[in-house]
Amino acid sequence: MIADFGFGVLVVTFLITLYSVGAALYGELGKKPAFVESARRAQLLTFPLITVSALALIYLLVNNDFEIEYVYSVTSRSMPFYLKVTALWGGQPGSLLFWGWLLSAFTSAVTLRKWDRDREFLPWVIIVSSVTLAFFLSMNVFFENPFARMFWNSAGEFTRAMFLPAGGTPVPLQADGRGLNPLLRHPGMIIHPPMLYLGFVSYVIPFAFAIAALVTGRSDDRWIRLTRRWSLWAWLFLSFGLLLGGRWAYDVLGWGGYWGWDPVEIAAFMPWLTGTAFLHSVMIQEKRGMLKQWNMILIILTYSLVIFGTFLTRSGVLSSVHAFAQSAVGPMFFSFIGVTFITSMALLFWRWSELRAETEMKSMLSREALFLLNNLLFISVLIVCFSGVISPLISELATGQKITVGPPFYERANAPLFAILMLLMGIAPLSAWGLTSAENMGRINKPVLGGILAVPVVLFGIFWNQVNTALGGLTITVIVLAVILIILGFIYMFRRAVWQAAVVATLVTALAAFTYTHDIIALTGFFLIALTLAATLREFWRATRARQHTRQENFFTALWRLVGRNRRRYGGYLIHISMMLMAIGILGIEIFQMETQGTLEIGQSLTLGNYNIEYKEVANWDDLPKGVNYTRAVVSVTENGQYLGDLTPRKDYYYDSQQGMTIPGQYSTLKDDLYVLLVDWEPISQTGATLKIYVNPLVNWLWIGGLIFFVGIIIAAWPDKDPALAPVHAAKRVPQTSAAD
Amino acid sequence: MTTHKGLRITHYALLLALMLAGLLTASVSAQGPTPTDDEVNAIAKQLFCPVCENTPLDVCPTEACRQWRDLIRLKLAEGWTEDQIKQYFVDNYGARVLSEPPRTGFNWLVYIVPPVLIGIGALILFTAFRSWRRLDAELAEADAGSGKEEASNDEYVARLEEELRQRD
Repeated sequence: MIADFGFGVLVVTFLITLYSVGAALYGELGKKPAFVESARRAQLLTFPLITVSALALIYLLVNNDFEIEYVYSVTSRSMPFYLKVTALWGGQPGSLLFWGWLLSAFTSAVTLRKWDRDREFLPWVIIVSSVTLAFFLSMNVFFENPFARMFWNSAGEFTRAMFLPAGGTPVPLQADGRGLNPLLRHPGMIIHPPMLYLGFVSYVIPFAFAIAALVTGRSDDRWIRLTRRWSLWAWLFLSFGLLLGGRWAYDVLGWGGYWGWDPVEIAAFMPWLTGTAFLHSVMIQEKRGMLKQWNMILIILTYSLVIFGTFLTRSGVLSSVHAFAQSAVGPMFFSFIGVTFITSMALLFWRWSELRAETEMKSMLSREALFLLNNLLFISVLIVCFSGVISPLISELATGQKITVGPPFYERANAPLFAILMLLMGIAPLSAWGLTSAENMGRINKPVLGGILAVPVVLFGIFWNQVNTALGGLTITVIVLAVILIILGFIYMFRRAVWQAAVVATLVTALAAFTYTHDIIALTGFFLIALTLAATLREFWRATRARQHTRQENFFTALWRLVGRNRRRYGGYLIHISMMLMAIGILGIEIFQMETQGTLEIGQSLTLGNYNIEYKEVANWDDLPKGVNYTRAVVSVTENGQYLGDLTPRKDYYYDSQQGMTIPGQYSTLKDDLYVLLVDWEPISQTGATLKIYVNPLVNWLWIGGLIFFVGIIIAAWPDKDPALAPVHAAKRVPQTSAAD
Repeated sequence: MTTHKGLRITHYALLLALMLAGLLTASVSAQGPTPTDDEVNAIAKQLFCPVCENTPLDVCPTEACRQWRDLIRLKLAEGWTEDQIKQYFVDNYGARVLSEPPRTGFNWLVYIVPPVLIGIGALILFTAFRSWRRLDAELAEADAGSGKEEASNDEYVARLEEELRQRD
């Protein structure tokens, strides 16, 4: 009964969404504002309706209604209440419903804003967002119904349907469900998917406004100003979704890392790349009235990649292109991406000439030039990722052979691109909008030319290194040297602004070389991190001191007010600082990670770096109410002979889903993480076990950086007291100084 | 009859030879040092089993992958090199077991397409820069006589910058 009700509401919502699209279109084209208003109200109705449908499904999940196939497949009686609720997004049909639910929340919220000034956008925003919502609802209604029951059809095959098929019989009610995949029972996984979905659906709103601007021919940056905070929040959610996913992988997957360049990870990373490029390039449009066409391309790409990412993870295409063809939702997603992308690009080309820049680029040393270079680098990373993800599919289609494109491919190609991005993060904020002369930054001469010429060398190096790993050592040296040349060239160009930071970075690098490592890649990384951190912190320092000097405020008051008066700018700087802290963690684990594995009897020990672990005992027991079998080893840890404590790596086996998970024992410090895994124990003996140890240097800076990132973006996205008073004149020029937002 | 007896002798001889070969192989294996888990994992890290997608063999917890690791250990004990072992898995399970596609035939596209696209992107950007600078030069000429001062769109930022300039 509840299931029928939930499904009925879903169908009604789908019809209302279709009505919303039709009414908005008719109202706009037929000049009948009443229909547009009707469409707006219809869209407003979708959120409460999908809420009712989602609550119906949650009710079924919580009450173990195993007549429903989805409930049977993702819950079991032994699961706690909160996990039964989160099982809403634990499987395909529920995930799609959850996606639609969040999207309806956002689209309803956007229709509630005051539309007086931008009435012409309204029908098109409704149309775009409702078409997207209708698509996701149609997936639930026609293909992936979360309320479907289980039957045997007349041919004796298992089938899912709302009602008894002709000649079919119901599957007998199951005593218990199969339970949620244990990997999804981690707190990180409970928050991670909603965060990613929130990021995904938030990007629908700026896209809808962009399309509205294209259709209505508004060539100014109004759509960007209206959706600035939507974009920032979308970016926040997506970034946090990625970070939480990394933490979840680190804690649960038991392979000593946080990011494996898995296609599912990359599916979420790709819209983040275009979203990040978009965040930067819209500033150029706001400040200088440039890059209007490019910003449109970026938001269209971001939206398409959001749908593409969902398609990759939901269609089964990653397992095999044949699985995609057989899946119900795969071809539908593919068609939807194609139609929306082609339509959006057609609209853009229709308006192409009207979106010309209001001003022109002043100099290759200006901030907009550096932002453009930043965009090129983000898009380059996207190209590498996209190629890596689709190559196995294309290979399977073209040759019938599956291939694997794994971490080495991505790491080799992306590392130099990220290195130059890090450099830009330090230097770009110091440059000025519309800089016309090299007066502030030094004249272009031979070293600068050398730096610029090094760019093609890096590109060639990436290419050659991809082609022939036999010369890996040589080509990596070429790439590193070229990257170093670029760094030196840029530092020379911006020497007046960055010389202090460059001195600090040199000292830090020298210290690292004497005390920590001689690895040239690591030292280059440390230099870049120190340079960007020092340059950014100096910006905080000198602005605060200036304010202190003129306003007679104490340092902290001056800092607080400085940040409060220009949240977007200093929030952005804080995000750059957090990125550098994350880079420390990434560099640490990527370059300095150590591992060893051994089979030990009780009392025996294993040594790695300065750490020694002694195997003390293993225990195995059942927790029947939870339906879990635990195997837990106890090891004592010493560092340079000093006892640090005991760790308890374990293996959990879930009877309902018949799946296991490996939980590491971790000893974490700012210096490194000792990460111990219980690999095996049963085949050996009750007293012996195979243990694997990783030492992950500096990795905790990744998580610390994540927390600072959160603070930074909250500052940047915090609403102004009165947004209407914010400066809105894109074409106005700003002085040739070193900072302007 | 003689032929039959001869065949039987041949069978026994073959069996004996096989047993001897087996013993010899076993003794040769026993003579070599047992490969450590780290030696096995160093190779397993570079391989992916066809079932557990995108999970490197060294960390995959499934029984099938454990058997693959045992096979690597066996091959190492038999004196196989890393390349021979990787080739053995490629021969038996296809190129998908490698963490990167081999640089042959159609697979070249994986390596060539991204740098070419990035290069095209860089070229477009460079061309755009050049055209902007040309236009800018014309604009600068037009503005030269006017002596216009640029105005700030944010009074606070302008004031802050002025303060900063004074300090510098």
